[in-house]
Amino acid sequence: MADSNISVQSYINHHLNDLTIGEGFWAVNLGGLGWSLILGSLFIISFAWVGRRATTGVPGKFQCLVEMIIEFVDTSVKEAFHVKDKLIAPIALTIFMWIFLMNLMKLVPVDWFPMVTGLAGMAFNSGAIPEYAADYGFIERVMAHPWSYLSIAPTTDLNITMGMSLGVFILILGYSIYYKGLGGFAKELSFTPFNHWALVPFNLVLELVTLLAKPLSLGLRLFGNLYAGEVIFILIALVGIAQLPLHFAWAAFHILVILLQAFIFMMLTIVYLSMAAEKH
Amino acid sequence: MDINATLIGQSIAMAVFVWFTLKFVWPPINAAIEERQKKIAEGLAHTDRAEKDLHIAQDKAKDFLREAKEQAAGIIEQARKREAKMIDEATTKANEERDHILTQGRAEVEAERSRLREDLRKQVAALAVAGAERILQREIDDAAHSDILEKLVQEL
Repeated sequence: MADSNISVQSYINHHLNDLTIGEGFWAVNLGGLGWSLILGSLFIISFAWVGRRATTGVPGKFQCLVEMIIEFVDTSVKEAFHVKDKLIAPIALTIFMWIFLMNLMKLVPVDWFPMVTGLAGMAFNSGAIPEYAADYGFIERVMAHPWSYLSIAPTTDLNITMGMSLGVFILILGYSIYYKGLGGFAKELSFTPFNHWALVPFNLVLELVTLLAKPLSLGLRLFGNLYAGEVIFILIALVGIAQLPLHFAWAAFHILVILLQAFIFMMLTIVYLSMAAEKH
Repeated sequence: MDINATLIGQSIAMAVFVWFTLKFVWPPINAAIEERQKKIAEGLAHTDRAEKDLHIAQDKAKDFLREAKEQAAGIIEQARKREAKMIDEATTKANEERDHILTQGRAEVEAERSRLREDLRKQVAALAVAGAERILQREIDDAAHSDILEKLVQEL
């Protein structure tokens, strides 16, 4: 795709930006949020469908797969979370499956989805092509269409990963207060690691940083890994026909990465929530 | 790429998905898994019990077989004894029968012989009398000398 009309920089920018609606903070990334909702719905609908039809006899293949995933999540939860709690396992399952599906979208070659949405844009909203692209060739015009900016990989969007870690952060606060009480939680923040009244402010600063670092690192880790992977995919896409073996190798490697990152996000969520639930 | 409302949207979506999973996904599938685990455990226990039952049945069958063999041996032994006894009895009876027949035969022969002897004696007596009659025709009176003739017949 490295064409004379499109610089390398704009090509990369094209793939790393998302189509937005709205202005300033209240803008919404259509591709990221849209795909994240589609994939999340796909997960819950297919799993709920299995749940409705679940048989205790010989299960079908899809039910087997679902049960294997659930068993896997259940063992992970049981290993790390020792307080009895019936919310934690569904949280872990949702996070794991949702992030896995969102990560999976990264294996779609980087130019396919923009091409499809760009073509759709040409067909239904050809007036939206920016003026500078008026004398471009067909493919370039398709790729210049605003709809072609629609992103397909939600987890390469910081908003999505931070949105999920914000959810985890709220859960951490909720679990801390539910299991330790408001006073107990405040006491933990004030009197650890140094159990002395004079060091309360110091403790507070330390503990609040620790508390905030958890969701921040959670969201940034996922985003960083996937974003970096995406950038490499885009760079590979820039090298022309030689990209084929490179793309294959990187995509094969990424099968590991997307599973691993989904697992890490799930595991850390479980660990953080278990730290919030257990008394020290 | 800026931080924007997508973040809030994603958080809300997460809350909804987690709630949905908690409500409609986890419980039925987990229940099915646990139910099946119970079934499998029951099935395994069943198998164990069946195996034990099988062993017991095999032992029983062995006992039955042994008993049957013993019985068969007993029956054969009895039959043999009976056979010997029957043969003995038959032999004894046949011997008796033979003795009886022999005795009877002898008696019959004896009777025949004595009858024949009697006949013979009578005929000889008759002959002797006839001879004597011819010799003595003139002087001997039948009626007067019958007692002598009788005596002669007796002596023969």
